[in-house]
Amino acid sequence: MNSPSVPVDSPAPGAWEELVTAALLGTDRRTPPGCAPGREAPVALLDAAAMETVRRRAGLRPTRAAPRPQPAPEDPRPALPSAAARRLAMLLADRPGTAGGGRRGTAPDLMELLPQWLATANDRGYAPPSQALPALLDAARGRTDLRPAALTFAGPRAVWLARLNPDWRFALRATPGGGAALPHLEDAGEVQQLWQEGLFAERVALLSAIRAREPVAARELLATTWATERAEDRLMFLDSLRTGLGPQDEPFLEQALADRSRNVRATAAELLSALPGSALAARMAARAEACVALDHTQQAPTIGVEAPHQCDAGMERDGVVANAPAGRGERSWWFGQLVEATPLSTWPGRLGGRTPEEIVALPVTDDWQGELHAAWCRAAVRQRDAEWARALLGSPSAPEAGGPGAVSLAERAKLLGTLGAAERAEWVAGFIATHGLSEAFQLLGVCAVPWAPPLGRAVVDALNIARDAGSYPWSFSGVMGLAERCLDPAEASRLDGLLAVPDEPEDASPGAGGYWAEAFQRLVTTLRLRAAMIEELDQDSPSGV
Amino acid sequence: MTQQGVRWTADQVLALAPDVASRKAGSKLGAAGPWSEAGSADEGTVWGLCKGSGSKPYQTVIDIADASGPAYKCSCPSRKFPCKHALGLLLLWAEGDGAVPPGSPPDWAEQWIKGRRQRTEEKRTADASGSSSGSGDPEAARRRAERRAMRVTAGATELEQRLADLLRGGLAGAEQAGYGLWEETAARMVDAQAPGLAARVRELGAIPASGPGWPVRLLEECALLHLLDQGWLGRERLPNGLADTVRSRIGLPASADGPPVRDRWLVLAQYDTADVKLTTRRIWLHGADSGRTALLLSYGAAGRAPELALPVGLALEAEVSAYPGAGQLRAALGEQFAPPAPAAIRPPGVTTAEATARYGEALRDDPWLDSVPVTLDRVVPTPDGNSWQLADADADSALPLTPAARARPGLWRLVALSGGAPVKVFGECGHRGFTPLTAWPDGAGEAVQLC
Repeated sequence: MNSPSVPVDSPAPGAWEELVTAALLGTDRRTPPGCAPGREAPVALLDAAAMETVRRRAGLRPTRAAPRPQPAPEDPRPALPSAAARRLAMLLADRPGTAGGGRRGTAPDLMELLPQWLATANDRGYAPPSQALPALLDAARGRTDLRPAALTFAGPRAVWLARLNPDWRFALRATPGGGAALPHLEDAGEVQQLWQEGLFAERVALLSAIRAREPVAARELLATTWATERAEDRLMFLDSLRTGLGPQDEPFLEQALADRSRNVRATAAELLSALPGSALAARMAARAEACVALDHTQQAPTIGVEAPHQCDAGMERDGVVANAPAGRGERSWWFGQLVEATPLSTWPGRLGGRTPEEIVALPVTDDWQGELHAAWCRAAVRQRDAEWARALLGSPSAPEAGGPGAVSLAERAKLLGTLGAAERAEWVAGFIATHGLSEAFQLLGVCAVPWAPPLGRAVVDALNIARDAGSYPWSFSGVMGLAERCLDPAEASRLDGLLAVPDEPEDASPGAGGYWAEAFQRLVTTLRLRAAMIEELDQDSPSGV
Repeated sequence: MTQQGVRWTADQVLALAPDVASRKAGSKLGAAGPWSEAGSADEGTVWGLCKGSGSKPYQTVIDIADASGPAYKCSCPSRKFPCKHALGLLLLWAEGDGAVPPGSPPDWAEQWIKGRRQRTEEKRTADASGSSSGSGDPEAARRRAERRAMRVTAGATELEQRLADLLRGGLAGAEQAGYGLWEETAARMVDAQAPGLAARVRELGAIPASGPGWPVRLLEECALLHLLDQGWLGRERLPNGLADTVRSRIGLPASADGPPVRDRWLVLAQYDTADVKLTTRRIWLHGADSGRTALLLSYGAAGRAPELALPVGLALEAEVSAYPGAGQLRAALGEQFAPPAPAAIRPPGVTTAEATARYGEALRDDPWLDSVPVTLDRVVPTPDGNSWQLADADADSALPLTPAARARPGLWRLVALSGGAPVKVFGECGHRGFTPLTAWPDGAGEAVQLC
């Protein structure tokens, strides 16, 4: 136990064990070998033990080698530039929770920059330094949101390493097929075998992989076993058809509308309604058109709404949910679902050849406006229709936040998602210029990083105004944190004027000026750090050479 | 470029940090922190102004050319040494010319450096003139040494008696007696001015609670303690070298009066061990030309980092003098001829069989030795049940890791670095197994610290 290696040439085997036994029991009870009993026995025992100890230690030899581990697979990616490798070590050394106190001070939050660093490094296609892998895996273990990017960056050696340490087992799970690679998709036999015999997760991964390359082949593969799959599996498989959805999927989806499971039916209907040319879309359009018409009895053109009086079997088959949630009228519930699933291109024809903008501007009779516009929003998101989204969003500077009354912030954020990055940024910039930052957090979240110049300027101006208004910076901590991560580092110089502690106006919150200066300092430091990070990753001198 | 030549790497700078918190705070201040008017001069000075929470920025100066390691001065109130500002500034400097351009120091930095260099100079001349006069009366010193030797002899005799009593009653009783017995004996050894004996006695107290196999370990340590006692009591009959070893093991003061060896000394490893009263820093050096290995020890009060800091991977042109004792590796750092700079030197390595043979050899000079420093060439970290070993890539033999090394995060850095391929590993090889301290990848690459 004590000696890790085996002593050789022991002249008197067992002599040491005899000494240990005698020592354990005491020389009064047991006379050590080769010693006279009596007063001198303990000293003789110690002499012999000292000799034996040194002899045993001097005689240590290496043990037999255990089977060597399989060598880790090669990582073909180029090594990180050395400055970037050091930055990574620094980001990984910064663990949350170890910093004292709750106040953040002027130092940047390094852990928050790790996702951006990983994304950039993955984008440039670098391999990590091997010795950084344990810290990288530990970081990914603690934060699930980091895992995909961290594991992509960590590469094949991390999977090799994770097999040796149970703490990192998650890395094996996260790799498709539990570390076993997918078969070559060209090999029809292997694909068939995995599809027939694989575990559920493996089959989903296989189907998604094929769907991404050859949408038709994936659907056909699914069709071969569709009838024998369990309901919850059917739902997941059907969901993977979302990628590469096209008109050629319609017959299969139509057939799924008659599925035994209600969830499968609903998903099939949803997918079909996203295909404007589908028969389901046409059926929905016919139903919706029956409910919405121009009301000619009014003086100005007005939209009149007559919600459906019943939910018939045909509607149910097309995915309309008959039972309204508590607190909602049945008829408006059905009406919303019909409009949502109707191709938006139906409406100009139905409503006198008007453009989406004109249609959205039309008054609606009997308080139906909220219901109708909300359904159009959902349709615009589902059909990814930028023109309608633009019309529904309206001007960002309109008094009730631009959009029609019923449009919530969450819906606006979704509508923005259908627009191009530049247009999105511009709309949010306009919104912030008018309405300030208090409502902007969710909208900022859908904007492309780094923020476009007009958006960045709008956020900085709004922060400046908030400071001058005398509130505390932590009322804006969410936006501040986003700004640290998303503002273009090139904007850092524009912030210089904000770093000084301003004179306190009389009505300001006490000490706020100092805290703002601190917050802006942190913002600037973080931006500089991000600029340095990106620059380091763009150098092309690899480390370790 | 300049005489100071290559700048340090960030890792080497961070190795100077007194604790984890400073390390973190320093690395945050490094990257694009609120620095202004930073610069560095050829003779090894770095300075800068750091904006803190106050209105006046802190003034930070570092003298990296000093023979006894870097010296720091900062106007911040921190009692950490070096403070986070000094670390941050060094990190900034390590990044390159961009943030810390070469220049001439401002007045406030210049003053401090001048004052410092002057004091060092004065001290050196004072030392040179003072060494001849010695510390007072040699006759008095001899009497003091004699008195101390008598006390140690009394202590060793008493300890022998206690060991004999223990063995007479049996070690099984030691488990029940607990820690108190040993604490009291250790205190007696402190009174006898034999700190080496006291430390060994204190360690004995921990063995009965150290898990299975403790009787064997307790007997071994008791026997070695007995051997040390006997060595002291019979020191007149020992060869000179061994007598010196006994003296140093007992804990008597000695001075590093070996002949100074000038070499390019590569820093192989630096690590701290702490107990209640003291932080001990060990720094292993490898002489690139002489092939010698030397150990520098440096101490700090509990919770504070020892002052001497030599980052791994740097090499320094310096003189090193050994302490007395046969096979003694401990040495003192003498004059430094150039500031430490990164070097690509790697120590030559041996096989696992040669490593154990080296330990056996070393026991001849110092039977109390727990381990020897060894560099292993081409070994593969290999899992062995619950444990790990370093297996020769080209032979069927392996050295198991010590239980302590298995629990450290450095193990995983070593395994990751190797990836199943052979690596070069420097560490301590002894009767408990092998403790890896530093590793180099098979191909090109910097030294990776494992401790």
